[in-house]
Amino acid sequence: MRDFLQRFFGGDLWWSFRSSPMVIVAAITTFVMIFSSAFANIVAPYDIFDLTQFNLMDSLKPPVWMERGEVGFLLGTDDQGRDVLSTILYGSRISLLVGFFSVISAMVLGIIIGLIAGYSGGWVDAVLMRIADVQLSFPAILIALLVNGIISGLLPGEAQADLAIYVLIVAISLSFWVQYARTVRSSTMVERTKEYVQAAQVIGLPQPLILLRHILPNVMGPVLVIATIQLALAIITEATLSFLGVGVPPTSPSLGTLIRIGNDYLFSGEWWITVFPGLALVILVLAVNILGDWLRDALNPKLR
Amino acid sequence: MPLLQIRGMRVEFPSRRGSVTAVRDVNFELESGEILGIVGESGAGKSTIANAILGLLEPPGIMSRGEVLLDGECIDGLPIELMRKIRGKRIGMIFQDPLTSLNPLQTIEEQLVETIKIHLQFGESEAQKHAISMLEQVGIPDPDIRIKHYPHQFSGGMRQRVVIALSLCANPEVILADEPTTALDVSIQAQILDLMRRLVRETGVGMIIITHDMGVISEICDRVMVMYRGDVVETGPTRKILGNPDHPYTRSLISAVPRADRRMDRFPLVEYIEAAGTPHKPIDVQDHWLGKARNFGGSKNEFLVSVKDLEMRFTTVRSMFKSRRRYLKAVDRVSFDIRPGEVLGLVGESGSGKSTVARLICGIYKPYAGQVVFDGTDLTSLGSRRQINIYRRQMQMIFQDPFSSLNARMRVADIVAEPIRFHRLASSNKEVLAIVDDLLDHVGLGAAAGKKFPHEFSGGQRQRISIARALATRPRFLICDEPTSALDVSIQAQILNLLKDLQEELQLTMLFISHDLPVIRQVCDRVAVMRDGKLVEEAKTEDLFNKPQNEYTAHLLKLMPRLHSHGAK
Repeated sequence: MRDFLQRFFGGDLWWSFRSSPMVIVAAITTFVMIFSSAFANIVAPYDIFDLTQFNLMDSLKPPVWMERGEVGFLLGTDDQGRDVLSTILYGSRISLLVGFFSVISAMVLGIIIGLIAGYSGGWVDAVLMRIADVQLSFPAILIALLVNGIISGLLPGEAQADLAIYVLIVAISLSFWVQYARTVRSSTMVERTKEYVQAAQVIGLPQPLILLRHILPNVMGPVLVIATIQLALAIITEATLSFLGVGVPPTSPSLGTLIRIGNDYLFSGEWWITVFPGLALVILVLAVNILGDWLRDALNPKLR
Repeated sequence: MPLLQIRGMRVEFPSRRGSVTAVRDVNFELESGEILGIVGESGAGKSTIANAILGLLEPPGIMSRGEVLLDGECIDGLPIELMRKIRGKRIGMIFQDPLTSLNPLQTIEEQLVETIKIHLQFGESEAQKHAISMLEQVGIPDPDIRIKHYPHQFSGGMRQRVVIALSLCANPEVILADEPTTALDVSIQAQILDLMRRLVRETGVGMIIITHDMGVISEICDRVMVMYRGDVVETGPTRKILGNPDHPYTRSLISAVPRADRRMDRFPLVEYIEAAGTPHKPIDVQDHWLGKARNFGGSKNEFLVSVKDLEMRFTTVRSMFKSRRRYLKAVDRVSFDIRPGEVLGLVGESGSGKSTVARLICGIYKPYAGQVVFDGTDLTSLGSRRQINIYRRQMQMIFQDPFSSLNARMRVADIVAEPIRFHRLASSNKEVLAIVDDLLDHVGLGAAAGKKFPHEFSGGQRQRISIARALATRPRFLICDEPTSALDVSIQAQILNLLKDLQEELQLTMLFISHDLPVIRQVCDRVAVMRDGKLVEEAKTEDLFNKPQNEYTAHLLKLMPRLHSHGAK
């Protein structure tokens, strides 16, 4: 373990991380957001699930620096009198869980299918890519709705609320894999004809090893870029699904549901209900994007 | 007054860490009707001169000193608008790759007529007539029909003729040709060079040819300018430079060109250029790792590798129905045998199927019909992966393109170690790394190379890494697919010497594929000639070069550039 740490801190990855202040800021931001939402019950000033802690009398209070603002509610309160800061902290829990896990599972699925389709070609490629085309012709939301409907139908009623978040992850990743598959497939088709792949074939390496060790590292660049963009998309999709009533119940809010609820109050002047969750989402996505771009470049030895 | 005059040209590429001078103090003149060759190895600054003349230096490059005079007027530092009128109109250009220098979405006619209309202010029909006469002039048959065709409907040589027509159609005074024949086969190269010489004589334009190939220089140029790392080392008439050069660099450059007229033991190295890293350490097969476990059982069979009636088809038209499918026969009933310890050369022009044969032997492609017999075993009949891998280990391949044959994301040590690890040829990771260091040492790279990534090396060094990787399985049979055609002559000499040494020390059997006949003559014991997928002749090297039996072989030999026939003797 010490050996590993030593190698890590002496390595190129750590060095390139340390030499870029923007990446450090992005990493700290991401870490703080993940940490504070994971430990929301300790960090947040109020427990939004505890009905005794909020009061309808406190509803629609503006942030603390405005007139009528109260010190207790740093970023104001929503229509039910819940503290916006606390709802953001609790809300990012679900958003982050859904966002990261659905992107990772969509990525794994898409990469595997893309590698197989691009490397084997022929009818395997044709079948896989037609499936992808069919899926691409439906909006992602519709597919998520469909998957969600089927899975919820199969589950017993009482389990539905508990498992809702996992159903969401499966539904979103099943609608997002196509982009990875198409990108990876086309890059794989280019890499496959290069001589380093033929050299690996001459050595006798089996096909899965060639795909994983030689082709995968060379096609990861665009995948990381898509992943960082899709993280935001996944969080929004989760919000949409929750809004349509097929996602997590309204009692356990996510960033997306907060933004949607807040939207209704935007024109009556209570902008803070939607703006602060929105800002939190923007900051998170931006930080992850910067990290993703850095990782893409840091993993490319040519750019070191 | 000379047509084009360059005085004291200096080109710099400023960067954060100081300025890199690409070209220093270049002076030359070009008369009309004259062909001047600029020769040098990659990085010598040849193309930079051409770009500087045209005002097309890639940023941040600037011409910091000197002037360019065209017909007595200074043309450097002209505003972009005026410069654009000179490019194409007064100075024409011919580029290296005829495939990419024509627009694939426009017919030849559109491209020619557009250029003529812009530069000569001709009307539509007049421009069309001029375009057809241009095509006729560059020797394209049925120009009035061919002009309606798209670039992909022409062969490589024909396409280069179109590019020449395009560069000539505005009646320029000067033509700059940057490696105009490098992408072409020898027989096409000869035709294009003939055409260029004829056009220069007929139209009286001045031509500058930039090339790395001494053969091209000797064929066509009146005068030569030799460049080395941004400096002009020597300028003079072709006969003098090739026959009796003054500068030691020119001398060593010429001596490094493989001779076509006789066989030598080793290639003379270009000593003027730095030594090839650490010199090659001889390997004693008896106690070296590479010699261990060579229990291949001596020479049970007369031939190590035999290819029998090998056939390969590529599908050109796909269809559900068998009768509608169309195939290209890339390899058509090819048979040959290689004895243990022998080097067989496989020669042919591009598209003759020689690389396909190599890939069929080592199992990258599956043959459509025929057998590949290795040490008495028919490889095409082997079913299981394990059985095949036993033979895969015994044959390795060195590829043509040193830039794509190494995985850019892996460290050199891992690249070389991969076959050792995969075939479990060493007992511990420590041993693997020791073997890798030793191998890298033997190919002249030094053990420190292992920690770096491939892109940190030059083309020649990368080819050494490829060789180390191929040796790492302890092969008996090595396939070299154009191992030096992407390299400079001086590097080519080093790599070929290395291959020769290794072949002798390890008693390797080799299949050496090349389009370059002089190289084949130096390296191979026997030669097989391929044309359009068929084997047309097979003979001992000396016999083939002295008394070719086949017409096509004789034709190829005749086209071989004979640099050394110029004086020198």
